[in-house]
Amino acid sequence: MLYWDYAAASPPYEEVVQTMEQIMKLHYANPSSLHRPGAEADRLITRSREVCAAALGVQPQEILFTSGATESNNLAVKGAALQYRSRGRHIVTTDIEHPSVYESCLQLKSLGWEITFVAPDRTGVVDPAHVAAAVRRDTVLVSVMHVNNETGAVQPLREIGSRIKAANRRTLFHVDGVQGYGKLETQIKEWQADLYSLSPHKVRGPRGVGILYVKEGVALFPILTGGSQEQGVRAGTENVAAVVASAKAIRMSGERREAFNHQILPLRNRLLDFVSGIPEFTVNSSWDGAPHIVHFSYPAVNGEVMARKLEELGMTVSTRSACSSRLAEPSRVLLSMGRNAADALGGVRISLGDSHTEADVAALEQALLTAVQALKIVERGTK
Amino acid sequence: MMRDRETAAAASGGSSIDYADMLLLRFGEFTLKGKNRTRFEKTVLRHVKEMVKPYPKAVLSKEFGRIYVTLNGEPARELAEALKNVFGIASISPVKVSRSEFEDILAVSRTFLEIIAPAQGTTFKVSARRVWKDFPYGSIEMNKLIATPLLQGYPGLLVDVKSPELELKLEIREGHTFIFCEQIAGVGGFPLGTNGKAMLLLSGGIDSPVAGWSSMRRGLEVECVHFYSYPYTSELARQKVVDLARVLSRYAGVIKLHLVPFTEVQTSFTGIGQDNLIITLMRRAMLRITTQLAEREGALAVVTGDSLGQVASQTLSSMNAIGRATVLPLLRPLVMMDKSEIVELSKTIGTYDLSILPYEDCCTLFVPKSPTTNPNLRIVEKIEATLPGYSARLDAAVAGTETLSITPYGDEKPSDVVSAQAGLQEEWF
Repeated sequence: MLYWDYAAASPPYEEVVQTMEQIMKLHYANPSSLHRPGAEADRLITRSREVCAAALGVQPQEILFTSGATESNNLAVKGAALQYRSRGRHIVTTDIEHPSVYESCLQLKSLGWEITFVAPDRTGVVDPAHVAAAVRRDTVLVSVMHVNNETGAVQPLREIGSRIKAANRRTLFHVDGVQGYGKLETQIKEWQADLYSLSPHKVRGPRGVGILYVKEGVALFPILTGGSQEQGVRAGTENVAAVVASAKAIRMSGERREAFNHQILPLRNRLLDFVSGIPEFTVNSSWDGAPHIVHFSYPAVNGEVMARKLEELGMTVSTRSACSSRLAEPSRVLLSMGRNAADALGGVRISLGDSHTEADVAALEQALLTAVQALKIVERGTK
Repeated sequence: MMRDRETAAAASGGSSIDYADMLLLRFGEFTLKGKNRTRFEKTVLRHVKEMVKPYPKAVLSKEFGRIYVTLNGEPARELAEALKNVFGIASISPVKVSRSEFEDILAVSRTFLEIIAPAQGTTFKVSARRVWKDFPYGSIEMNKLIATPLLQGYPGLLVDVKSPELELKLEIREGHTFIFCEQIAGVGGFPLGTNGKAMLLLSGGIDSPVAGWSSMRRGLEVECVHFYSYPYTSELARQKVVDLARVLSRYAGVIKLHLVPFTEVQTSFTGIGQDNLIITLMRRAMLRITTQLAEREGALAVVTGDSLGQVASQTLSSMNAIGRATVLPLLRPLVMMDKSEIVELSKTIGTYDLSILPYEDCCTLFVPKSPTTNPNLRIVEKIEATLPGYSARLDAAVAGTETLSITPYGDEKPSDVVSAQAGLQEEWF
């Protein structure tokens, strides 16, 4: 079985697993406890914060540990909206955000906030001018992802950031960096981002930990209360082992970013070239997209069916983001890019990791051809 | 005035600092100081050199009343942030450098205005100074020659030669002309150490770090003394003081911290049945130990964070009874300040967030229910005279004192905090 779902979850590095194991055995004390083992555990958290800050080019006190990128995104969006509600109740985001941002915005909408959703172009990229045009005097937050989790489209964050700040200096800028870190350069300062979310398990770290960069001077309304952990913004006992292992994964994948690109980009290009050559497919990824995602639609068949067929042929792929793949609804992201309902239902996502080789890609190509042949009999005849 | 100019630049959006070639540092009040001036200037220069160390491309040069930092691509904003904390620096101007030719000066002045992007209606003037007398135009002439084309390019600017919001200054020298208009306020005061050395009683609270900073600003070199009572106070409390001293070291380059084991001394006061005098006795013991340390280190005063009336030990009567335990001058920079002013200052200098961390320290421990606000000096002295082994205990505390040299970017720890971290293995990260 070949695994092609790195964008959903990546296998942890061996070193990460070892770190996790050792710390679980040695440092089980609560970092908030006043005794020596507690102080040691606290020191591990502090050191992890420093390591993460160095990897992101920010200050340690700007790093917050959460339970995952979903929490980071929720905290960034709702925390900023609630904290700065006196500045206004308007938020700008895009149609293609991950559900953890998108639905946080919808939730705020139900509480009286006004949300402007900016649509992408046909390639899945949002126009910075459109984002800036949506920013008003009472816009508290703009949230735009770095790399789209379905199509791999890369958003022009530097341009978006500078235009937001030109339009309204007080508007906060949140970047969901989950699919971008370790693949593309992370330039929090250059983007002028005030908030940045990151998920270690997408970069071969453990699950259950998320990172939120909060620029110094920016306050967030706590979503979880009941403790003074994480500067009082996020209560709850820290998962020491997973936090340390996350710091390690983030450092390692940051250091290996160029090597990763060097290895993965030729494979991505070959695969993208291959799926572009299959007449039954509509390709949704572009050549200047992220180096690890190839997304296409097979409009004649539900993506789910295609995924099952490929699994039968030894290939694990997903339909879109894992978080929404259990919904039998057309993809919101593809619809917003102007694709029709059939395309939006027939999406298949292949995401690569550093374990993949030329031979793996060749095998996948063979399986794709076989699957298309086999599925002819169930085609909906939408073409 | 200085503040006004800063706000004017900020309100209009642009700042010349991002485009500066050089920073011009001006000295503060000590320029009045006649004979000692050279020594003062040298001290500032040494401190500036220390702060510029992490930026190898920056080049320093000194001139009467000023220091120039040529950036050569080093980040102006970061450097200015660091340098404005150097005691003795009154202000910093980001400078653009042009060749000393009329066309160049005009072109750079234009760029300068574009960066600043002054708002409509900003009042404006040009002040040229011809230092290099061979330059073909005089100062007054240059004012007009530069201002006229600038005003044509910016119809929104209004001329005001008396108190303009934006004053574009030109200094024409042989080879280079300096062009600047913004002033970032520096912390001012006297260069560090030019007024001698004192010992600072550093607790973990809000006041004492502020007292330390205020003394340093007056040119005092400060060494910190902290009393801890393990196991009654935690290692975290001691680490907190190390971290506080680290913040102070940003202003000093390096700062000494003496960690005094105080448990034996402190517990010896608890069994004498004079609970209301414990604080008085304790503070006197601290002063005695500090006086010994001061002799050892060659310091001539003791600085405390006392603020009149704040707590029982800070009534006039208490201060009198406590202060008599030392022959050294007691400096109390905060004595007449309101708590809210002290809190504001501690936020500004960056110690507040550390100070409010909730650890027990030796001053909050063993606090009697009703400490006296009016201690009787004779009784206090009598108790001390009859306490068995009192002075031996004080000597032991001095002997057991651990001294750390704290630097802004270091990672110094008291010895047993280090052992608490023995569990940390770097390969985990």
